[in-house]
Amino acid sequence: MTHRDLTILVIDENAIRASIIEEGLHEAGHRKVTVIHEVQGMVRTIETLRPDVIVIDIENPNRDMMEHLFQLTRTVGRPIAMFVDRSDTASIEAAVEAGVSAYVVDGLKKERVKPILDMAVSRFNAFSRLQRELADAKSALEERKVIERAKGILMKMRGLSEDEAFALLRQTAMNEKKKISEIAQSVVTAAGLLM
Amino acid sequence: MTTIDNSRPGAAMGEGLPAPVRMGGEGARTIRAGFIPLVDAAVLIAAAELGFARKEGLTLDLVKDVSWANVRDRLAFRQFDIAHMLSPMPVAAMLGLGSNPSPTIAPFSLGRGGNAITLSNRLFQRMQEEGDPGEVESALAHARALAAVLSRMRNGGEPAPRLGVTHPFSSHNYEVRYWLAAGGIDPDRDVKLVVVPPPLTSDALAAGAIDGFCVGAPWNMVASERGLGRIVAAKQDIWPSAPEKVIGMRPEWAESNAETVSRLLLALDQAARWCDEPANRGTLAELLAAPRYVGAPVEIIRRVLAGEFTIDAAGNRRVIDDYFVFHREHANYPRPGQALWLYSQMVRWGQARLSPEMQALAAAAYRPDLYRQALGKAAIPADTAIRIEGDRPGDRFMDGHVFDPADIEAYVRSFPVRASMAGVSVEQES
Repeated sequence: MTHRDLTILVIDENAIRASIIEEGLHEAGHRKVTVIHEVQGMVRTIETLRPDVIVIDIENPNRDMMEHLFQLTRTVGRPIAMFVDRSDTASIEAAVEAGVSAYVVDGLKKERVKPILDMAVSRFNAFSRLQRELADAKSALEERKVIERAKGILMKMRGLSEDEAFALLRQTAMNEKKKISEIAQSVVTAAGLLM
Repeated sequence: MTTIDNSRPGAAMGEGLPAPVRMGGEGARTIRAGFIPLVDAAVLIAAAELGFARKEGLTLDLVKDVSWANVRDRLAFRQFDIAHMLSPMPVAAMLGLGSNPSPTIAPFSLGRGGNAITLSNRLFQRMQEEGDPGEVESALAHARALAAVLSRMRNGGEPAPRLGVTHPFSSHNYEVRYWLAAGGIDPDRDVKLVVVPPPLTSDALAAGAIDGFCVGAPWNMVASERGLGRIVAAKQDIWPSAPEKVIGMRPEWAESNAETVSRLLLALDQAARWCDEPANRGTLAELLAAPRYVGAPVEIIRRVLAGEFTIDAAGNRRVIDDYFVFHREHANYPRPGQALWLYSQMVRWGQARLSPEMQALAAAAYRPDLYRQALGKAAIPADTAIRIEGDRPGDRFMDGHVFDPADIEAYVRSFPVRASMAGVSVEQES
């Protein structure tokens, strides 16, 4: 039994995230995947493409435009928002949490659509995890930098060795129940005020 | 005297939903509420910010959202307990219309007013060439002048102008259609209605992507202040009593949190009274102007609240009395008759079928019983029954029609401009 390939449209203003989704769809064997990042020409794309499934990020203010389009034209079949199976609350919640919304042409079988949405959800999540990790790495680097600067200030102002300066920062952090980087930041700020 | 909500108590409950669980001493004290950054979210914002909710033992957790579709879906999928909604949205939801209909009720209306129609300077100039009275403000005269321009444009082979609205089930959609049709313009043939997110309307007008729009405050004033367009009609010109935004909730949530709903309505009632006080409007404008709420210049919001309109770039002004009514004249009372008027417009424009069952579902979207339960008999109007609309002084439709909910079919048929009554969507010609 062969199925017609599903036509899938991904609308995401974030080009990187969109390409991650696109790649996932290709890996899953979908060949008819179109990605758009801009509103311009969205209506025409939907009308000519006639997608079976539309994946759109939930922060996209143009969802109302799509609702309007579905009201007016019948070229897109009868799309229903989000999910084929409303009783599947767990996957619905997971999708909304992840920031995915989707439109599916009414009548499509659940088993054909669910893997697409599950994949979109996991890739959206992977993308935000990646962003979080990047932000964490950045702030770790910032923290190290500020500790280095604080050590330098203490060495210069109090004539300490590097190890002694670090020990002082650590001891103060323990006494104050704060992070070393926070104490280091205070030292840097104070030095800036005093010098 | 019976109202439809009393005669059909089960109609609003939704079918196939799990039986409501009534818990002793209701745990839910924090209410998550979705809203769209518009001045007409004022009552909800004031309730959250100025202690009205706290006085009732509630915390209102307000979540700003970007589209009505999101608000609808997040309410349906239980991410929101309640939501700031367009008045036709619960009606459409009850009728099973749109791409994600899920039972939604409105026990409280957030007030009246706030909408207007703005056209580009270019279009308005052509209307003046067709004999538009210009300085004299008459929404009907403007619509007729636009009709003359459109017919000239059609004959000259020019493309139909594009007018922006906010959502297919919005007061804006029905108001701009009402205004166009009153001037003899077929909104599905003579213009192209498109959807533009309200905060983007000014830029879309500036870029020539649209030739006009009908949205809520403060976006009409923002466009006219920027010298981009001319305000040609306000909601008050079209039908002053039209309900604008409502508080929507899932019927099953209302059932299992009855006490919380009552307290919420008490808090909203107090907030609405406060918002209506002219002396409080300055504070309200400052509150709304904050980036986490509407995020527009405070001076514009102050004037919008006062109904002081700069209608064009030349600085022509117009003061609309009661441009915003947050509480007075029972503005918060959810009249099922108004839900029926919205239904009549859905039928008129081919969005909904006409049938007694659909009519009952539409009326059941608005829940005066919950309003009465929370606020008592003293708070409700004398005429609670479904009444004839548009037959009182100060409450006329711009074309003089009178809405009798008892005969929606005759009402819809009485309009010369309407979609076919087959009950299906009209294909848009492009």
